Amino acid sequence: MNKESAAALKGKKKLILQNWMENQLKDAALRDDLMSVAELQQQSEEFLTTLLKAFSSNQATDTESEGYEAIQDILNEISITRARQGFSPRETSSYVLSLKEVLSNVLEDRFREEPAVLYKEILSMHKIMDSLSLVTMETYIKGREEVILRQTNEMSEISTPVIRVWEGILALPIIGTLDSARTQVVMEALLQEIVATGSRIAILDISGVPTVDSLVAQHLIKTVSAARLMGAECIISGIRAEIAQTIVHLGIDLTNIHTKASLASALKMSFAMLGIQVSRAAQSQEGSKQTFGF
Amino acid sequence: MERIPILKMGPFLLVTIQVDLYDRLALTLENDLINMVSKTEAKGVLIDISAVSIVDSFMGRILGNIASMSKIMDATTVVVGMQPAVAITLVELGLTLSGVYTALDVEQGMELLRDKIGHLEKDEEGLYDSFI
Repeated sequence: MNKESAAALKGKKKLILQNWMENQLKDAALRDDLMSVAELQQQSEEFLTTLLKAFSSNQATDTESEGYEAIQDILNEISITRARQGFSPRETSSYVLSLKEVLSNVLEDRFREEPAVLYKEILSMHKIMDSLSLVTMETYIKGREEVILRQTNEMSEISTPVIRVWEGILALPIIGTLDSARTQVVMEALLQEIVATGSRIAILDISGVPTVDSLVAQHLIKTVSAARLMGAECIISGIRAEIAQTIVHLGIDLTNIHTKASLASALKMSFAMLGIQVSRAAQSQEGSKQTFGF
Repeated sequence: MERIPILKMGPFLLVTIQVDLYDRLALTLENDLINMVSKTEAKGVLIDISAVSIVDSFMGRILGNIASMSKIMDATTVVVGMQPAVAITLVELGLTLSGVYTALDVEQGMELLRDKIGHLEKDEEGLYDSFI
């Protein structure tokens, strides 16, 4: 892009902004529910000012050059906020692309007499705008990925509650597939809770785990050993038939670990280990009134 | 030189480690403790490591050693108060201290020791009974 066209564009800044805004407001993809017109106007003006400044820099065609640093920053901010606000990818990238048409019109007016120059200038302008639109897309995806990552982390923390089912007995219902990162969260949560409550028995219920492979089994064994090192015993409950088959076929040794079919029987086993006796309350002699409870 | 105090409580020895163990200190402790077991004919050793935040494989091995040595000398070893981070580290290092009894705190550790000793004494009584 040469100095002449940069100057021409700068001179027509007001017109460009006006036309661009018109284009954007006309567009069916306008999301006035997510962003007010005034906000859009302000954002667009800031963007255009910085862009025109970049056009008049020495290396106007190189979007990686110093002159474009400010514009890259603005674009990053715009697309990250848009990703969070819930704009679609098309809406986000069309924001930059919609400026192309307006800029082309201005260049056409300026170089009407010199088609060769016009062609070259429009080509280089398109190149710059395309590259900026790619930057927008890249940042948009990055912003979305951050959102997804945060949600993944939250999910793995929320889905592993440590429950105190009795004095001295903790239960940890595990739901979903166990991977290394989640096992770490599970293990830490369990061990912290053991210290906090002074519990001597922890029941790991895996009825909500769809598959157990050798890695998951290894993680479970690690958790059990860590708890044992701290002085608490672990019972694994809720092993389904398919999982028992897989475990035996994989040759995983669980003989040193207490296992029970259901959470209820694991609880019963914990009672036995702690010497707790649970019995039905004495029923009234008439049999008319029944009391339920432990 | 820094030393870790070993307290005698009835038939048991109580060791509370309040500082992070470095190798030399750990070796001294192992030595002192075994001598003390032989001198007092203790029935049990209770090691409280609740204040220890860093454990390496060497320290893990020392704990294992103390347990096996005490066992030879007829004393039961219980390690109490291991921090979650320490437990995770030891497991990741592949040290599960299989010969060592563990408990959550000193109180439960003492209870466990009394339990173990109780069993032993009962067994011995039984033995004597059958002799008589």
